Amino acid sequence: MEDTRRSDNVDATEVLQRTPKKKEKTKRVADDGEYDDEIFSIHVCDKEEDGEESGSAESVFSGLEDSGSDSEEEEEEEGGDGSDKDEDDEVEQGDSRDDGGCQKKEEYDLDSSDEEDIRNTVGNIPMEWYKDFPHVGYNLDGKKIYKPIRSKDELEQFLDKMENPDYWRTVHDKRTGSDIVLSDEQVELVKRLQRGQFGDVNFDEFQPSVDFFTKDVMLHPVTNRPADKRSFIPSLVEKDKVSKLVHAIKMGWIKPRRARDDGGGRYYDLWSNEDSSLAAQHRMHLPAPKIPLPGHHESYNPPPEYLFTEEERALWEQQDPADRKLPFVPVKFSSLRRVPAFPRFIHERFERCLDLYLCPRQRKMRVDVDPEDLIPKLPKPKDLRPFPTTQSLVYRGHGGLVRSISVSPSGQWLASGSDDGSVRFWEVSSSRCVQVVPVGGAVKCVRWNPNPCVCLLAVALDSLVLIVSPPLAERQVLLSSERLLAAHREAEPAENAGPAGWSDAEGEERRLGLRLKIRHPKAVKQLAWHAKGDYLASVMPDHSSHQQVFVHQLSTRRSQNPFRRNKGLVQCVSFHPVRPYFFVATQRNVRIYNLAKQEMTKKLQANSKWISSMAVHPGGDHVICGSYDCRLGWFDLDLSTKPYKMLRHHKKAVRAVAYHRLYPLFASASDDGSVIVCHGTVYNDLLQNPLIVPVKVLKGHMVTHELGVLDVTFHPTQPWVFSSGADSTVRLFT
Amino acid sequence: MGGLQKKKYESGSATNYITRNRARKKLQLSLPDFRRLCILKGIYPHEPKHKKKVNKGSTAPRTFYLLKDIRFLLHEPIVGKFREYKVIFVRKLKKAYAKTEHTAVERLKENKPTYKLDHIVKERYPTFIDALRDIEDALCMCFLFSTFARTGKCHVQTIQLCRRLTVEWMNFAITSRALRKVFISIKGIYYQVEVMGQLITWLVPYQFSHDHPTDVDYRVMATFTEFYTTLLGFINFRLYNSLNLVYPPKVKLSFSLKTKLSAFSASLTRVVSAAEEEAQMDHFPVDEEDMEKLEEREKEQKQQEAQKKMFEGLKFFLNREVPRESLAFVIRCFGGEVSWDRSVCIGSTYDETDETITHHIVDRPSVGTQYINRYYIQPQWVYDCVNAKIVLPVEDYFMGVTLPPHLSPFVEEKEGDYVPPEKLKIMALQRGEKPGKQNDEEEESEEEEEGDDEDDDEAEEEEDKVQEKKLKKMEAQRSQPKVLDNPAQREQQEKAEEKRLAIMMMKKKDKYLYDKIMFGKKRKVREVCPISCCSNMDFHHNKSVCTDKSHICNNALFTIPALLSLRCVNVKHLSKRVSSRMYRPCDL
Repeated sequence: MEDTRRSDNVDATEVLQRTPKKKEKTKRVADDGEYDDEIFSIHVCDKEEDGEESGSAESVFSGLEDSGSDSEEEEEEEGGDGSDKDEDDEVEQGDSRDDGGCQKKEEYDLDSSDEEDIRNTVGNIPMEWYKDFPHVGYNLDGKKIYKPIRSKDELEQFLDKMENPDYWRTVHDKRTGSDIVLSDEQVELVKRLQRGQFGDVNFDEFQPSVDFFTKDVMLHPVTNRPADKRSFIPSLVEKDKVSKLVHAIKMGWIKPRRARDDGGGRYYDLWSNEDSSLAAQHRMHLPAPKIPLPGHHESYNPPPEYLFTEEERALWEQQDPADRKLPFVPVKFSSLRRVPAFPRFIHERFERCLDLYLCPRQRKMRVDVDPEDLIPKLPKPKDLRPFPTTQSLVYRGHGGLVRSISVSPSGQWLASGSDDGSVRFWEVSSSRCVQVVPVGGAVKCVRWNPNPCVCLLAVALDSLVLIVSPPLAERQVLLSSERLLAAHREAEPAENAGPAGWSDAEGEERRLGLRLKIRHPKAVKQLAWHAKGDYLASVMPDHSSHQQVFVHQLSTRRSQNPFRRNKGLVQCVSFHPVRPYFFVATQRNVRIYNLAKQEMTKKLQANSKWISSMAVHPGGDHVICGSYDCRLGWFDLDLSTKPYKMLRHHKKAVRAVAYHRLYPLFASASDDGSVIVCHGTVYNDLLQNPLIVPVKVLKGHMVTHELGVLDVTFHPTQPWVFSSGADSTVRLFT
Repeated sequence: MGGLQKKKYESGSATNYITRNRARKKLQLSLPDFRRLCILKGIYPHEPKHKKKVNKGSTAPRTFYLLKDIRFLLHEPIVGKFREYKVIFVRKLKKAYAKTEHTAVERLKENKPTYKLDHIVKERYPTFIDALRDIEDALCMCFLFSTFARTGKCHVQTIQLCRRLTVEWMNFAITSRALRKVFISIKGIYYQVEVMGQLITWLVPYQFSHDHPTDVDYRVMATFTEFYTTLLGFINFRLYNSLNLVYPPKVKLSFSLKTKLSAFSASLTRVVSAAEEEAQMDHFPVDEEDMEKLEEREKEQKQQEAQKKMFEGLKFFLNREVPRESLAFVIRCFGGEVSWDRSVCIGSTYDETDETITHHIVDRPSVGTQYINRYYIQPQWVYDCVNAKIVLPVEDYFMGVTLPPHLSPFVEEKEGDYVPPEKLKIMALQRGEKPGKQNDEEEESEEEEEGDDEDDDEAEEEEDKVQEKKLKKMEAQRSQPKVLDNPAQREQQEKAEEKRLAIMMMKKKDKYLYDKIMFGKKRKVREVCPISCCSNMDFHHNKSVCTDKSHICNNALFTIPALLSLRCVNVKHLSKRVSSRMYRPCDL
């Protein structure tokens, strides 16, 4: 080492010494550049040799060289004259060559990362720290390295770019702040590196590789060393490990690797032996309800009526998701390829999952009834004929609403009383008005005497009851009715004729057919004949008085008030067709009095608010009551005091009810303008309840002033029904 | 009296129920485990009748389980497996990780404890029919999972298993010809099969990648799927056995979707056709009453047989834009041959150039080269044919044509419900009626389309006529009783009156119920389409008007021409109120 150092020193001194020599030489042989070159090359070679010998010293030195030469130049410039120019050039040339020569060295030096770039001693720092200074660092001597005066503005730069042919290979060195023009070799090197090739041109990257060891098994071992003993003896450590593993396996701590099966081996016939015993265990189990099947709404191409209109869509959007009838908006796509994925598919599936395991299940009894089953099975109306089906005649002529009608016992004549103050007699078969009897007041009620042997009509108007004998019968009958009216004269007239005043009709009235007038204290509303035709009951509804019902005997011209006490507002009365019973309908009840025993036998509860009318079955065991609250009650007197059946057929108040005398029919008239004919068979067998079937709704009357049909009555022999209405007509349905 | 005072909430319903938290504590399970157990075992909460009593006087909202159910869970072997997983596996794994014993971790992972659900399936569905009845959810779920991609939402194995099971199921449906109805909805495609007398419906989403929502708990879904795959596997096994087939079938399944399709066209069908046997119905000497039923049944069966062989002899070719899997499944189910372009998917059996192809299914407005001897139809035709149970005429479904509406086959209209006119048409076709005068009608409709002015004039005239007639009719009704010359009509009217009278005789309770039912029905009709309802009513009203045409059948089902004419009238009637909703001349 010492030798080398010494030689270094020598070398350095030599160089130092040589340079003046060189000058001299250059002076001497100015034209002979080759020689100089030779010297230089030798010198360089020398240096290289030195470098090879001791890298570190050399590198220290190499940095010096530039500056050294510079200073040399300066010295020369100081000492030199104008003739120095050539020298200078030459030196520069040499210098540059020297640089080129030294480049290899420097490159080599800078390779090691721990070496600093000694041209600038600031170290590895961001160079922008020197941005604001005129220098970029310090050289090895501690002198500032100044930035080259660089006042290139954009324009100059541009011009430079345009004009300088080497612009593309000029690189700015941040360290020294100088521009370096790369040489061709350097450019080539950069290009090679960019292409990912080796920097060295001469390096062959595809040279055949030579294995250090051959892959073939050789006949002879590489070394002649005999195998170790331990390679023959089983390892104790391994044995220990294996035994541990074996123990772990034996104890079940480690399980051998399972055979993976994801195939069909997993499945077998699970239900090979089905038994229902298991099913019995879960009696409380409710299977989950299935998802309802989709309707037309859900189709990708639904019929247009299933699509939303704009209002429906707006409504759908407004509604809470829970309230919506459909969870989606129906959409129509023109073809299948346009149908997109349903965005809420996974959501819906997930919600179903939640329902399955989170939703409490409850068995709800839902009424699943076929509405047809609810309709009672009744005998067909066809089989229950005869009954009136069509309107056949209309009797016109009255000027006011016809309150009451009555058919003569023979069935030939019809009497009607109207608000226009007249009683009209009609021929039933021809709807011809036979006679008009003006009575001078709104007629409330007309009733034919049911006795076929007499021809008398009772008419109630205001507080009068008139007995009219129309000339509409055979002579014999007329005579007998006259006889009946005149009967009391033969007998002794009673002094106290009762509460009502009897008087004969005189003059003009008599000529019209009026025979008797019975004056009542109050307005008479309803009349009822006894079946024999001798007794006539009249009703004067009054809250406060006990004089509400009078019973008149025609043959004796006697009246009496059968009740001593007021039991309520009497609506209508009726006689039992056979037995001595008397039916009195008050507002809510029907009382049945035994006239012979003079006591009340029964009190029927109508279950309605206000009875309007009442009719007694010709058999006498059944009563129907119409009421203003649209109901019709059928009472079976043998059964109970409550109605056997309540019929709510009418929409409005029931005004009148009637039984047919011969056929099992009854009819009810109502303010809704309809007459409903029902079939009501009464069996002789007490155990069998009456059969009630509505058979026909007859319409025809016009509703005027909220009043429809006011009275209804049956023909005594034919299955015909008459009705009178507020439209001042009487109609016959056959 | 003496004796101890009875304490509250120590007997009765309070002891029959248990809250969820208490149940969890009793079972010593964490909430996720409890949830999983409930899902697997099919335990669900119960709503007690008297909540306050059960809740010991408190009215706080709580979920209640039946105590019996929870006791039943106590002895479930799977609970042990859960614990084993948690304690033995997870704890050991954690320890091994912490010690960085990689071999141990691997070993543990390989031996991850698993459990089988066989006994639970058997327990929940003691008989095979029970299982079949409850398979709809399983199918829907498996079909959904089989469309999932590898997104980490669930295990890949699960997806693969679901794919396999669904393909097996579809193969079974093909071989047993079990498909009955198909419905293309906006959600996906519904299929209905009949297996052992059970109608099973499931929904398959369209083939798109899923936009996985964030508010869905995939763990719950995965637990359900775990159970459902087990169930479906066993059911498939049993079904294949019933067809004398080997399970699992030799179907190669890789992860790609396409192979799923090719699996259909695989040779499985060939294997089966030999095994298929026609079960002849036995004839027993029966009473006359039963004879009718028997005949009916025979007829039905015949129809079904015909339906099963609907597409036999037809050769389909699917263009590349149609949903291949669904169509291939449906066509194969009814005996048709189907193929597609070789480049689209494997499994194609013949090329587009094949001259024997009868139907080419296209879903685009036009195609380049057309072959003369085949129909170019849109995919809806196939589905509509299946639902109509007959091979429908192809005219309405040609390429580029506006399609007739696709109706849900699951809707069964009762009397009085609104029936879409397309359905009536199909019903007429099913009865074997040729749409008579169809050409005329079509022309008419075309005319209507063409000349609006004319149409309007006509309509006005018609309207006037109608009005006149109506008025006259009214007069007649007033002046004289209705005299009906048509005996059928009279009869009908009589019947209606009879019914009306019978309704009058109903009990109050029944009447109330009846009115409610009828109201509900009417509302339903009104909701579907308020106009059609009106028009129907109008129809009844105008019946007398149209009697001269005498298109009205006795059973109140009308043939198409009558309907059309009527509808036009009605539309004109209602044109003030309605937009073009009802006016659809083109679809009849």
